[in-house]
Amino acid sequence: MDTLELKDKQAQGSVKTEELSGSQILLKGLIEEGVDTIFGYPGGAIMPIYDALYDFKKELNHILVRHEQGATHAAQGYARTSGKVGVVFATSGPGATNLITGIADAQIDSTPLVCITGQVFASLLGTDAFQETDVINITTPVTKWNYQVTDASEIPEVLAKAFYIAKSGRPGPVLIDITKNAQIQKIETEAYQKCGHIRSYRPYPIVRQSYVEQAAALINSAKKPFILFGQGVLLGNAEQEFKAFVEKSGIPAAWTILGVGAIPTDHPLNVGMLGMHGNYGPNVLTNDCDVLIAIGMRFDDRVTGRLDKYAKQAKVIHLDIDPAEIDKNVKATVPVWGDCKETLPLLTALIDEKSHNEWLARFREYTQKEIDQVINAECNPTSGELTMGEVINQLNTLTNGDAIIVTDVGQHQMVACRYAKFNHTRSNITSGGLGTMGFALPAAIGAKFGAPNKTVVAVIGDGGFQMTIQELGTIMQSGIDVKIMILNNQFLGMVRQWQELFNERRYSFVDITSPDFVAVAKGYYIEGQKVSERENLVEALKTMLNHKGSYLLEVMVTKENNVFPMVPQGCSVSEIRLK
Amino acid sequence: MESTIEKKEFNITVYTENQIGLLNRIAIIFSRRKLNVESLNTSPSEVESIHRFNIVITETEEVVKKVARQLEKQVEVLKVYFNTNDDVIWQELALYKVPTDVIAEHVSVERLLREYGARAVVIRKDYTVFETTGHREETDALVNVLQQYGLIEFVRSARVAIIKDSDGFHAKLREFERLEPGEDVVENEYLNKGQKVFTM
Repeated sequence: MDTLELKDKQAQGSVKTEELSGSQILLKGLIEEGVDTIFGYPGGAIMPIYDALYDFKKELNHILVRHEQGATHAAQGYARTSGKVGVVFATSGPGATNLITGIADAQIDSTPLVCITGQVFASLLGTDAFQETDVINITTPVTKWNYQVTDASEIPEVLAKAFYIAKSGRPGPVLIDITKNAQIQKIETEAYQKCGHIRSYRPYPIVRQSYVEQAAALINSAKKPFILFGQGVLLGNAEQEFKAFVEKSGIPAAWTILGVGAIPTDHPLNVGMLGMHGNYGPNVLTNDCDVLIAIGMRFDDRVTGRLDKYAKQAKVIHLDIDPAEIDKNVKATVPVWGDCKETLPLLTALIDEKSHNEWLARFREYTQKEIDQVINAECNPTSGELTMGEVINQLNTLTNGDAIIVTDVGQHQMVACRYAKFNHTRSNITSGGLGTMGFALPAAIGAKFGAPNKTVVAVIGDGGFQMTIQELGTIMQSGIDVKIMILNNQFLGMVRQWQELFNERRYSFVDITSPDFVAVAKGYYIEGQKVSERENLVEALKTMLNHKGSYLLEVMVTKENNVFPMVPQGCSVSEIRLK
Repeated sequence: MESTIEKKEFNITVYTENQIGLLNRIAIIFSRRKLNVESLNTSPSEVESIHRFNIVITETEEVVKKVARQLEKQVEVLKVYFNTNDDVIWQELALYKVPTDVIAEHVSVERLLREYGARAVVIRKDYTVFETTGHREETDALVNVLQQYGLIEFVRSARVAIIKDSDGFHAKLREFERLEPGEDVVENEYLNKGQKVFTM
């Protein structure tokens, strides 16, 4: 303990007042904001907050992760399943820099987080003090908002702003950096007040009825309308409003991987997945529809493929809460700014009740082609080595689409998103925009804390699992029940696939060896087994799902399978390949 | 119709809260897209406590529009306008330090001041400092002249610009302070080019 800190401790001991320290004010504020779970890791500069946390063990469940990156992903998983704000604690310097990947992931996937980092004493700022890093400037590009607190009196207002900003409008991560002196400093405080308005911040753009009317007119005159939906539907809690819109309009609807689950997989108007590894029909027919209705999605390049050949024939209606998304990638004919929870019912009221059977049948034709040429071989093989698709397919049968599926990044992610069945919203937790390998294991921990009554299955590749494998320790210590399913193809499979298809099979550093995953899990007192034969697969899955507590199932799958269909980079969505 | 894909100079006016770190948050929106900021000025605005950035970039209208929306998305940014040079009254200020003896010997100072609209700010035995305000070409013109006479130092300020067709920010701010702001605070388009415009 340094002398300054010692002096502060002595000062605290000698002056007994009813005042609260900055740390206590912070924790009481968190409780006022409805926080009950924190993912974090202590360290020197955040010690006063952890000292105060000792007295709040009943109210605040702190989950000790094994690496700060894990804390952010866990908080993301928590936020995505619960709909609440994920909260992270980390210390200054390396603790804070380890958060960056998760914060960037949350930023691009619009996940509400409040990250609290400790910082060196205000008097030491800018002096290259021990574990000092300029966290505010490092996180500025990847946060919705950030703020450095140097005085305890700032804490209540800043915390209230942080929660309001993180969860309102288009959600996102917020970071508060609190210098150690502010954590220790004692002040008299008034009752905590939540924030509901910041004059420079307009999270909900004003809905313009004239745009809604124009959109409705376009939809009513459309012969081949097509709906694309994304996470905005989930974030707006607008699943019911969305379903009503889809069903009244009778328009086929396809999803981005963050939007899946807004309507059930089996819904007759759900025509599948968009994008690079999405379904055949939605990609091809994007370039055939006459009106494209994009709802809470942002036309990511993995969804659009080559932009100058993307839906050029169509009039585009874009519903989004973030005005900066309108015209960013795809020019909107009619922009419908606003929360889709509010705009969808306005639109539904003005549209004609219709069915588009002929148009829908075209999607079904493409689906049938895809089933014949891709899906059957991937999901129902009868010979050869196990495939990723059949594992997901068997899992569907056993969970009946009721489980939360958390995926990592790569081939298994695309396979899981393509084939997993979802009956419920907020059930597919994946790193969409950033594509963060190592996301799944910690995110699954958070997902389970956010939805304790659900079965949570983390589907992870052999590469990604080794990136955050240490979070097995978090599972061990917290006693959380997470099913871990490793789809092991002994390769960094997605990069290998690209090398096979586009780099003449020059397999450059994609051949990854793995430890005995089951033995590693055993070392953490997590039971598990490895399966590689088809006749043992279903039994192994049942064992995993029925096991009380966490379980690791390693499935050896065929090494050089490719994920198809595929829109090769630089190609138009209608140039999607089935092989 | 004017082309939106032709690059030209745009004046971006950003009204913000006065907050530490906001300059960085604004700057990275340009650097992220590898856009060169040609001029950046921060100053108070007509409204107390509200800051005003004047930023100049040469880009297409399409890119500027996207940047403007990204800027306006920042929590502490109230409002962003972007205007071509035709839509603003703008000035830059320049200072020139030259050796007094050279300038006194070789140049008709009076003519110089008259011709370039300059004025002498400081006259000392060893050096003299001139000042001009105006557009880039005007301040540059004097540099070229003074280079020949041993120009010691030259500095030009960032551009400040007043939007011709703006009613100022007082009324807008009152809108922002309401919980339910009116429609005009939402639009992020050109101010209407209108009748109230007068040119110098």
